[in-house]
Amino acid sequence: MPKVMIPTPLRQYTDKKDSVEVAGATVGEILGALTATYPDLKKNLYNDEGKLRSFVNVYVNDEDIRYLGKDKAQVAATDTVTIVPSIAGGR
Amino acid sequence: MQLSNDEIQRYSRHLIMPEVGMEGQLKLKQAKVLLVGTGGLGAPMALYLAAAGVGTIGLVDFDVVDFSNLQRQVIHGTKDVGKAKIDSAIETMLDINPFINVVRHETALKSDNALDIIKDYDLVADGTDNFPTRYLVNDACVLLKKPNAYGSIFRFEGQATVFAYPGGPCYRCLYPEPPPPGLVPSCAEGGVLGILPGVVGLIQATEVVKLILGAGEPLVGRLMLYDALGMKFRELKLRRNPECPVCGDHPTVTKLIDYEQFCGIPAAPPPPPAGGAPAMGEIDAKGLKARMDGGNKFVLVDVREPHEFQIGRIPGSVLIPLGELPKRLNELNPADDIVVHCKMGGRSAKAIDFLKTQGFSNLTNLKGGILAWSDQVDPSVPKY
Repeated sequence: MPKVMIPTPLRQYTDKKDSVEVAGATVGEILGALTATYPDLKKNLYNDEGKLRSFVNVYVNDEDIRYLGKDKAQVAATDTVTIVPSIAGGR
Repeated sequence: MQLSNDEIQRYSRHLIMPEVGMEGQLKLKQAKVLLVGTGGLGAPMALYLAAAGVGTIGLVDFDVVDFSNLQRQVIHGTKDVGKAKIDSAIETMLDINPFINVVRHETALKSDNALDIIKDYDLVADGTDNFPTRYLVNDACVLLKKPNAYGSIFRFEGQATVFAYPGGPCYRCLYPEPPPPGLVPSCAEGGVLGILPGVVGLIQATEVVKLILGAGEPLVGRLMLYDALGMKFRELKLRRNPECPVCGDHPTVTKLIDYEQFCGIPAAPPPPPAGGAPAMGEIDAKGLKARMDGGNKFVLVDVREPHEFQIGRIPGSVLIPLGELPKRLNELNPADDIVVHCKMGGRSAKAIDFLKTQGFSNLTNLKGGILAWSDQVDPSVPKY
């Protein structure tokens, strides 16, 4: 099954797990299944219109899904899906 | 320009490498680099870029050294607490290398001064700690065509890349918009491993030196992710977005904008009159103590995390972390008078906003949180 990497700021919504294996053939299916398991994650990933928030990027392996067809991006069983939210810390 | 014999001795480990050599060392000496922020990321950058012989280093900072900085901001020492960070940083840098020139910009970088400050430098390294300044630095660097060695940190994770390199992507290509205020915690709220900014800041410093020398493969078009707990580095592809409003083919942002507004931060309210009463729905720490001593019945809810509760607490408080509040609403009674507190007052305000949507109305926020309680009522409660 594809593995989804959860970044530190969102682990509070995934029972502190840093990665979760989720079944699905596209990014949309995988994130749908993931947010069904962890409903609190949903509002942090999607806006009220159901679109991925613009400060949250999703990658299949090392490629940004915005260049792979967004939610329709294909995911193979051996692929890694990575969620990378914007962080600003520096002090 | 030439190196003195003292400088030749100092930089000998650079000079004997063909990739740097005399030519490279002179490039470093001629280079002008602006460090925005002398905090967690700025401290290691300033130390190493000074040592490496970057001839002109500008520092932008307006903050004062605090004890809570010393866990990671290694350019400042215990003796510097209370001193302007910029003074403390310059003192350390010139002690390491008196052959460099450090330029002070003791101010906050704003839309009305950023272009003027940045224009005199070759390169920028962004070590700030908030979204408005991140977007400001990005846009200014794109407009002025100055590469920006970017790094950011949170808890155990870091991100680094080079923005605004000719033909390369910018921060807005990576993240077109900032998160709404409050959704992504800062290091002050979320914490940061003290060593982390050392690793990430030195990735930025490495990129600065490489860009000056023209050596190696710059971290352009690649986002480096660093996970300290897993001890893993990963690299993701990062493309320039032709639709980007700043660096795209048809830019719509051609001058600096209001970045506080862009990040959804409302304009600061006028300051309350000195010594005035707290705003509606707020109580100050002394007022809370008076209510306790007066036998006034209320429930004090602490919405911090359990590990913060362990550091110190206000007597009689009930711990319900902000994230657990929706699930634990049944532990609270809308008929009760409820005072909510956190560390500084931000999370408790969010808790109150949420409770209001759930039918609670007798809600009061402890102004300044447990830090104010420590300052005004009980100094034995540690500040963190």
